[in-house]
Amino acid sequence: MSATDVAGQNREVPEPRFGFWRRNYAMLVKEFIQLRRDRVSFAMIVMIPVMQLLLFGYAINTTPRHLPTAVLVQEDSDLARSVLKAMENTSYFRFTREVHSVAEFDDLLQSGKVLFGVEIPRGFERAVRRGDRPALLVAADATDPVAAGSALGSLGALVQTALAHDLHIGDPSEMPFEIRAHARYNPAAESRLNIVPGLVGTILTMTMLIFTALSVTREIERGTMESLLSMPIRPVEVMFGKIIPYVIVGFVQATLIVSIGVLLFGVPILGSVVLLAALTTLFITTNLSIGYTFSTIVQNQLQAMQMSMMFFLPSILLSGFMFPFAGMPVWAQYLGEALPLTHYIRIVRAIMLKGAAPSNLQYDTIALIVLMLVAMTIAVTRFRRTLD
Amino acid sequence: MNSVSTSAPDIAINVEGLSKSFGGREVVHDLSMQVKRGSIYGFLGPNGSGKTTTIRMLCGLLTPDAGEGTCLGYDIRRDADKIKRLVGYMTQRFSLYQDLSVRENLEFVARLYGLRDARGAARDMIQRIGLNGREEQLAGELSGGWKQRLALGACTLPNPQLLLLDEPTAGVDPKARRDFWNEIHALAAEGLTVLVSTHYMDEAERCHEIAYIAYGHLLAHGTVDEVIAKSALSTWTVSGDDLNGLAAELTGKPGVDMVAPFGTSLHVSGRDKAALEATIAPYRDRKGWRWEDSEPSLEDVFIDLMTRSKDNFQ
Repeated sequence: MSATDVAGQNREVPEPRFGFWRRNYAMLVKEFIQLRRDRVSFAMIVMIPVMQLLLFGYAINTTPRHLPTAVLVQEDSDLARSVLKAMENTSYFRFTREVHSVAEFDDLLQSGKVLFGVEIPRGFERAVRRGDRPALLVAADATDPVAAGSALGSLGALVQTALAHDLHIGDPSEMPFEIRAHARYNPAAESRLNIVPGLVGTILTMTMLIFTALSVTREIERGTMESLLSMPIRPVEVMFGKIIPYVIVGFVQATLIVSIGVLLFGVPILGSVVLLAALTTLFITTNLSIGYTFSTIVQNQLQAMQMSMMFFLPSILLSGFMFPFAGMPVWAQYLGEALPLTHYIRIVRAIMLKGAAPSNLQYDTIALIVLMLVAMTIAVTRFRRTLD
Repeated sequence: MNSVSTSAPDIAINVEGLSKSFGGREVVHDLSMQVKRGSIYGFLGPNGSGKTTTIRMLCGLLTPDAGEGTCLGYDIRRDADKIKRLVGYMTQRFSLYQDLSVRENLEFVARLYGLRDARGAARDMIQRIGLNGREEQLAGELSGGWKQRLALGACTLPNPQLLLLDEPTAGVDPKARRDFWNEIHALAAEGLTVLVSTHYMDEAERCHEIAYIAYGHLLAHGTVDEVIAKSALSTWTVSGDDLNGLAAELTGKPGVDMVAPFGTSLHVSGRDKAALEATIAPYRDRKGWRWEDSEPSLEDVFIDLMTRSKDNFQ
């Protein structure tokens, strides 16, 4: 026997000193080794965040530019030219066609060959000079409101400046367009500034959830649960052993995503990096706890994946990542409040883009802690200590 | 055969009336057993007879539906945590981590039991089970015999007082089986109690005591000699020519419960000695056959028990 005391003599075996820590450490080391051995999973730790960030960061653009635009110029005047020039300068519009009839104009829009059409009516300049407020028609293909929205929003201000410059008209409120574009914190309305911080949370939700959602079922399906349960380990120790290695993995992923966001996409971090790191770790742990909870509820790995997806989709759609949170109906907002991603997106956007201080983030931080504790409690009570 | 010292009435396992059902099917029925400390207790029975379920109830992996008892002095219902610290359980299917190396698996177990020097304990165990040179090999890549040694090493690593071995030698070659049993006897000599389930008769005969379980019922227990004696089975051993023909002729005749070839001889057994003798009398004088009144083998007894239990419970 390896240890000195002979078995069978000391009837009462006491709880070893620091038993809790030793057992946690045992689980943790084991999980790390297994993670390292699983080459594919290990590669995914790096690949998933990088691929997704590059893909979505570049692909998702809610303020698309250089949108194809047709022009119907019924008058060749200085004013008409400067209006068109000003529109082109916003970089939202790219004049691809010049048409000569309203029918042609309508046809292009309807067929989707252009997203916008600008019509400068006959006698436009004269009417403006007379103060008749003529209509400058900008027709937009609004089937994708997001695509059209920002371009239309830019029109008011930019066309006004162009007109003011040309005509020296003092009061811009008399202009025929009253479209107010107001992009606070993101003056150029660059969606990547909004998307990248959101992606940090979204990618972490997905990777973290799946790491732990499979952890308990994997032990059961590989048959190792029988050994594990026959040894003196408590549910809470299994849980910490399963979660802690992935907190570190998650932290590495988060660092990777944020670094790429800053270096490649030029997203600023206006607030404290330490605060961001601390709250990101909290968010990671919350997601890992939820994934682990799923793992204690489901019967097999397939169910674990399904449950993760059940959770992941609303996280994307109702968290304010894809659609403005305030625009959702109240019931959906309540649902959104129960998702960690909702709170993290507020936190990460506030820290990176607005330079928020801890005092601004109290509510969302507490919400994350509560969600984490609820998940852990369910997991520990749900964990089956026997094979019954 | 080692005799159990009866002067130490120290009982490692003492359970009464254990029952367990899965989905309405009773897998273990009203099972009671006592296992003395320091003894090797063989647990025999056909597949699906409830051996694994019983072992799992003993170490707290399953909760009995009925019955109670103690394992190493601890209540099997309430003190599962304490029992787990004192019991090494070797599962039927290899259940260590296939993607961990031999050393890592042992270190994991050592840490989980809070051993002070986990690395040292693992190193010593690798020596003891003869796996040196294979420390860094992944457990999943070991052959069946080595896996079994590793599993035994892992469950003896924390110095348990009781080993529960669930068909530890299934699918292992004879040499490895013999080494394994020598190891078990060495452990028992150190004071360890061993409960081992098996299908092999030769292994049963290496146990101090055995119990036979079929369809969830404990049918016989005691030393091998006791079990054979209690069977009340009469057996005649026949040797000679055309035993196959004789076997075909005798099967089903009154008093003949079992006809089984054993190498170059035939075992003819029956529970009713008089009826058996009446039936075989005409054959005994025939030339070419030599009849001998003999002891039934353990296998005869078990097959008889199994046939009888089939009649009773199915």
